[in-house]
Amino acid sequence: MHPFTYARPASLAEAVALLAERGPDARILAGGTDLVIRLRDGTVAPGVVVDVKRIPELAPGIRVEDGRLVIGATTVMTDIAAHPVIRHHAAALAEAAAVVGSVQIRNRATLAGNLCNASPAADTAPALLVHGAVLVVAGPGGMRRIDLDDFFVRSGVTTLARGELVTAVELPIPAERIASAHERRTRRRGHDLASVTLACGVDRSGVTRIGYGSVGPRPLLRLDESRTLADAGASADARAAIFETIFADASPSPRSMRAGPEYRLAMLRVLGRRALATSIARLEAEGVA
Amino acid sequence: MTDVLPIEVTVNGRRRTVSVAPHHTLLEVLRDDLALTGTKECCLVGECGACTVLMDGRAVDACLVLAVEADGTGILTVEGLARPDGMLSPLQAAFLEKGAVQCGFCTPGQLVAAHALLGEHPHPTRVEIEDGLAGNLCRCGCYQQIFEAVEAVAGTAEAPGGAVAPATAEADR
Repeated sequence: MHPFTYARPASLAEAVALLAERGPDARILAGGTDLVIRLRDGTVAPGVVVDVKRIPELAPGIRVEDGRLVIGATTVMTDIAAHPVIRHHAAALAEAAAVVGSVQIRNRATLAGNLCNASPAADTAPALLVHGAVLVVAGPGGMRRIDLDDFFVRSGVTTLARGELVTAVELPIPAERIASAHERRTRRRGHDLASVTLACGVDRSGVTRIGYGSVGPRPLLRLDESRTLADAGASADARAAIFETIFADASPSPRSMRAGPEYRLAMLRVLGRRALATSIARLEAEGVA
Repeated sequence: MTDVLPIEVTVNGRRRTVSVAPHHTLLEVLRDDLALTGTKECCLVGECGACTVLMDGRAVDACLVLAVEADGTGILTVEGLARPDGMLSPLQAAFLEKGAVQCGFCTPGQLVAAHALLGEHPHPTRVEIEDGLAGNLCRCGCYQQIFEAVEAVAGTAEAPGGAVAPATAEADR
């Protein structure tokens, strides 16, 4: 591995100053499950690696604050998948976190890292889009919040500016709870990147939210405000027509080694139907309880 | 101009102070600086699990952890599984008993991952074992025997089959 300087700032201000000063010569290290691979294969060669795990504002943890679920930036997948509040309020996120990599990866990989890498295949992204996630960002200009849907640009590129870093991910806890589910396809069962990753959420208003990834340069969020998908009386044809609209912007790469575009587009529709059915069943189960 | 940073880690119960370069991984430091070569280097991309160690009780791929990140943590490697007198742990004994070792290269990682799994799920189902060990590849294809060894120690093996009797197998620590 190419040598670099290691910095472990103890405060957010120190981290922001360092990131602002060094710009692209600095890389943030959280869980390292992507960064260390890229440091080793030389696709990134920063002068300084900034380990953010000792910054109090980014500390791992999941708490409810002012009607929001706040997840510290360095919270790892294992803890997200197991957390009762997340399993209750954002089932799709718990399910997505539970299938990222392997046990070893989930014990290190952080939520903010999964998002900031901006991989189109990031499993947590569709679930977070469905649940209306907002990123809390610190930078030279102070704090700001970015809707997750305004965060992804394309593979590896986000709207974070120089010197900025994500400190937490917030999910609103709406009065009408969103019942959600995550589905994915991989080449092998177990440890693999998603060929298609999708989350669906429904609430009592009848609006269905579908987030999906690994079928284009960035994860996408689409809403069915016609309320057809969640309507038990809607015909299969009517639902299929809505799914066509929802998936119209999927553009899987013909060069991917994981799956061909035809397979991905076909599976997108299958997973959409499955996640919708699970979400509706969860919403109904709750009504009974 | 490579910096060297001192780190303090407790490895298999023994406190060690090592000077490490920031670009060296925990795997390199365990093998090259501490001569603990039970932890294997293989894929170096976090897919095969041959370098699995426990860091503060959690299974991690040591090839994806910078040594400096391990500063202040407790590490358990495969060398720490056997008892101080050299007796194999029940899990290790079950691997032998079930023929879960063929070439043996993935075995240290499998053992450490299985040890972590049993710590969390003392009586795992077959599905929990498969999921728990999904990050550990075996090119010899000993998966069945590995799963059976874990089940034997956990007392979840389906009778019969010559399992290590749960009544006599000491809880694997």
